[in-house]
Amino acid sequence: MSLHPDYKGKYEYKWQKNNPMKLSGLEPLIVTPELNFINVGERTNVTGSRKFLRLIKEESYEEALEIARNQVEGGAQIIDVNMDEGMLDGAECMTKFLNLMAAEPDIARIPVMIDSSKWEIIEAGLKCTQGKSVVNSISLKVGEEEFIRQAKLIKQYGAAVIVMAFDEDGQADNYDRRVEIVKRSYELMVGPKINFKPEDIIFDLNIFPVATGMEEHRLNALDFFRATRWVRENLPAAHVSGGVSNVSFSFRGNNAVREAMHSAFLYHAIGEGMDMGIVNPAMLEVYDDIPKDLLEHVEDVLLDRRDDATERLMEFAESVKGTGKTEKKNDEWRSLPVEKRIEHALVKGIVEFIDEDTEEARQKLPRPLHVIEGPLMDGMNVVGDLFGEGKMFLPQVVKSARVMKKAVAYLTPFLEAEKSEGDAMNAGTVLLATVKGDVHDIGKNIVGVVMACNNYEIVDMGVMVPNEKILEKAREIGADIIGLSGLITPSLDEMVDFAKLLEKEEEKYPLLIGGATTSRIHTAVKIDPEYSGPVVHVLDASRSVPVAGDLLSGKKDAFVSSIKSEYQEAREKHAGRTKVKNYIPFAQAQANHIKLNWENTKIQKPNFIGTKTFIDYSLEEIRQYIDWSPFFQTWMLKGRFPKILEDKVIGKEATNLYNDANKMLDEIILNGSIKANAIIGIFPANNTNGDDIQLKGENGEELTTFHFLRQQGKKGSGLANNSLADFIAPADSGLQDYIGCFAVTAGIGIEPILEKYEKDHDDYNSIMVKAIADRLAEAFAELMHEKVRKEIWGYASDENFENEDLISEKYKGIRPAPGYPACPDHTEKPIIWDLMNVEAETGIKLTESNAMYPASSVSGFYFANPESKYFGLGKIEKDQVENYAKRKGMSLEEAEKWLAPNLNYN
Amino acid sequence: MNNILDLLQERILILDGAMGTMIQRYKLEEKDFRNEELKDHPINLKGNNDLLSVTRPDVIKEIHAQYFEAGADIIETNTFGSTWIAQEDYKLENWVYKINYESAKIAKEVADAFTKKEPHKPRFVAGSMGPTNRLASMSPDVNDPGYRAITFDQLKEAFGEQAKALLDGGADILLVETITDTLNSKAALMAIDEIAEDRGTRIPIMVSGTITDASGRILSGQNTEAFLISISHLDLLSVGLNCALGARELKPYLQTLSTKSDFNISAHPNAGLPNEFGEYDETPEDMVGQIKEFLDEGLINIVGGCCGTTPDHIKAIADLASKYQPRDKEHTV
Repeated sequence: MSLHPDYKGKYEYKWQKNNPMKLSGLEPLIVTPELNFINVGERTNVTGSRKFLRLIKEESYEEALEIARNQVEGGAQIIDVNMDEGMLDGAECMTKFLNLMAAEPDIARIPVMIDSSKWEIIEAGLKCTQGKSVVNSISLKVGEEEFIRQAKLIKQYGAAVIVMAFDEDGQADNYDRRVEIVKRSYELMVGPKINFKPEDIIFDLNIFPVATGMEEHRLNALDFFRATRWVRENLPAAHVSGGVSNVSFSFRGNNAVREAMHSAFLYHAIGEGMDMGIVNPAMLEVYDDIPKDLLEHVEDVLLDRRDDATERLMEFAESVKGTGKTEKKNDEWRSLPVEKRIEHALVKGIVEFIDEDTEEARQKLPRPLHVIEGPLMDGMNVVGDLFGEGKMFLPQVVKSARVMKKAVAYLTPFLEAEKSEGDAMNAGTVLLATVKGDVHDIGKNIVGVVMACNNYEIVDMGVMVPNEKILEKAREIGADIIGLSGLITPSLDEMVDFAKLLEKEEEKYPLLIGGATTSRIHTAVKIDPEYSGPVVHVLDASRSVPVAGDLLSGKKDAFVSSIKSEYQEAREKHAGRTKVKNYIPFAQAQANHIKLNWENTKIQKPNFIGTKTFIDYSLEEIRQYIDWSPFFQTWMLKGRFPKILEDKVIGKEATNLYNDANKMLDEIILNGSIKANAIIGIFPANNTNGDDIQLKGENGEELTTFHFLRQQGKKGSGLANNSLADFIAPADSGLQDYIGCFAVTAGIGIEPILEKYEKDHDDYNSIMVKAIADRLAEAFAELMHEKVRKEIWGYASDENFENEDLISEKYKGIRPAPGYPACPDHTEKPIIWDLMNVEAETGIKLTESNAMYPASSVSGFYFANPESKYFGLGKIEKDQVENYAKRKGMSLEEAEKWLAPNLNYN
Repeated sequence: MNNILDLLQERILILDGAMGTMIQRYKLEEKDFRNEELKDHPINLKGNNDLLSVTRPDVIKEIHAQYFEAGADIIETNTFGSTWIAQEDYKLENWVYKINYESAKIAKEVADAFTKKEPHKPRFVAGSMGPTNRLASMSPDVNDPGYRAITFDQLKEAFGEQAKALLDGGADILLVETITDTLNSKAALMAIDEIAEDRGTRIPIMVSGTITDASGRILSGQNTEAFLISISHLDLLSVGLNCALGARELKPYLQTLSTKSDFNISAHPNAGLPNEFGEYDETPEDMVGQIKEFLDEGLINIVGGCCGTTPDHIKAIADLASKYQPRDKEHTV
């Protein structure tokens, strides 16, 4: 229902045929009806903020800029700047501040509202904004002639304008005067004398205080609402704005009433079509959260519903004095019974009240254990069900787990005091560990969280855990299941060894295998045969729950034997396939190398030879290179970025996750809590024997040798057996070629952050930090590669790609990493480390399995040849492994151990 | 002049190519940049190409004619740096009116001769207004971000002087181009609008921004759409992009303009990106291959070349463009 007698219902935009108002800072702001309401930041106003006034007076512009920045970060879509103060040179301050704001891209992003009652200050502001700003304000107060002059100038400066309902006779203070002045102003503006675009006109219809005790102020709000409706219904494309805080002027000092009044006022004004406003978000209550009695009293006044409305509100105001906004969120759920509150907190991931709710439940129930078995487990079951039904997503579940952990942590002392018989209440105890030599644990942590949500007790031993320790711990805690995780290929062997260890010790623990390099086939072929107990490969976290359930249920034996026979079958199939695929002798593969035309190749000498170290590189710059899609994969949200943000099913959650990630990135950058270091090197190099690359120093002295592996599968005609070594000119070509290598990390300093979160049982943020650091490391590798291509090496100084193009690797040259498909041997890493003194220079260490630590690190080689490309090595035969072992000076056994996943023989 | 709007409905109009690249071919000496009046000028003038309109009009006219021969409908006057702000370096602030006036005059003479010869293909002169070498919304001093080397009022005054002289000399269109700072161009637009009002005429204005990096922003930080919004307050003949990037890199930003604007769209890219010697070596064939994509997608109404392009490039572009319909404004926005 409309507050205006001539109209019905909520205002609906009716000027679709007109263009929307378009404003700009460094980026556009297009005021479409869908935006509903444009929030103007108002803290950079000397008349509204004492702090801002003081800073401007003291010329503390740096701090004043911080206020502007906070406004933008707080969600202001336009930033109002006002320097109207008698002691200031307004025009000069306006110029100075806007010029400084222009130099801050994060502030200058949004359009400016140049706010002054003095024309010369407005004009000064217009002369220093490159974007399309809003002038606030002009009016007919100055007479028609001057009004026309000002409006025309604003048009020539290219700005939109707020026109106040003010004329030669004064400010409009009732409905009829508002309509009269606004109608006249609008007609002048869009008429032939000015020709202003109607969509660029915004009317300020004067928000006056209510409940002043004066009879003539009774209709102040209602008249505003009605005039708003009239403007929006009758003046094509024009907008309505106002400064909201005025309305509650009578209740200064009583924030509870003021906040309620602001939000009730906005609620009705927006309903009538107000689409822009100067509002302090800190002084705004959520409309639905205004206590019903207070709302009724406030609306009685705003809508002039009772003769004694003002007196009643004044009286009521006394009773709510001093409260103010304590809980901004919708907290109706707080009045539910404690069990439901716990469920709500778990489902919504709210930690705020969990201690007090847990305490309440503890007092209510006979034993602390019952709190876990009862409300907490019930709540987690709801979470588990919602997750299973696809109605909750991993990031939410991780937040739920955090609440659960906090509750359990709260109960732990009570549980221990009671010395109860203990953990019979959980579904089972699962021991998780990332194996020796491996530092990757995001996936393992997610498994832990998901299983914890499903009633399992999780004991997580962390990363780089030796097999003996895992077994020891399993015995100590009486584990029901052991889960092993690993990301790099040597971890596969650790897992095989662990299976052997269990067999030797005649243990029967069910073993779950997970992690990026693990696979069903590897588990079936390599691990399962070593262990008579149950072994199951778990593809992702969501599979872990049903598998664990089956392993611990009455159906266990049936499940285990079905898995065992499934793996048996897989092994047989695999053995069959191995025979079918043809491999050629190594010598033949060498002969079938890619034939590059070296005679006609001109190799550009790098601009730089040697190594360069980059310490504490700008994360802000690195951030621009992030490829977000894998980030969402980490969280088991499938889709390409940025499309995923709009996905019908997971878009909302993806967006939340993305926002949280960016917020955390902002914090990391602001606090400098994570540091990114890198080293790159470029060296003269030649292919000496077909598969090795010999590096030389600037004076021709031998530095070291990189060893590469060659595809050995039988190729179709015209296809080569590739080795990365082929992309470097052979020594006998007479050409001096070059190779580069690099190591980057974005994980320096991450431990204290993780510790903090882990102490707080905050898996969500702990996983988030790691996922972000991983993305930063990848982005850093991309950035350094670009820098190398364009500047340091400089062979592609003219390339110019968008991040999208970088992600899809459109550039020339490659940066393959040891341990990845083209060069799967991790033992080339120590060669890079020795060559460039990587650990001392950057702080990146290698573990005994040659995993990099911090885990958020990337290392590899640079190949500049335009023909160079990525490929997968595939399986190789013993003749090559023997040759390789000899070239590397290692024993055959050792080479076979490192290359195990690539061997075509057992 | 009324018919340029009609012509834009009918076909894609061709703008000329680089002036500097062509002048280089003449291997001119210091003496070519001086005349009787300037024979004792204390500053070295070689390199002040705009001045050649006064001292060697024959050269400039010949270049204009070559571009018309190649198929250009619109040529740009040789006035890219002809504001007092840019001429201050040569101490030629007082010559600004004369340079602009003479440049427009000789360009118009060449254009009229061609129009007379080929009445079915009228030729136009666009008065080129470059960005000046000082920015109104960025500080040249990193330690003093609030400082400005030039004010809006100074820019407006300088562009006003240039625009008046160009119009007096016979320019049909004013081309505010190679915009690196939107505030500079807003000053130029305001100056032009004031002249139009004073003289009671309509002045066709082409606006062309320069995207300087792969993030799709102009030097002063605005992205393409924000730039478009900031200069759309006047009724422009066209809005477009030129310089800095080659045609390939320009395309995504032209797509933005083409979908978001109801003005005509122009593009005059460089002949690729400069090589390590600062030379542009994209051949006419290379460039046309990329411009073809603009045409296939119906992105543009006016097309030409910027740095490194020659009459050969323009001829190749003109030949190709003649086979295409202009972008249909009605169906975009």
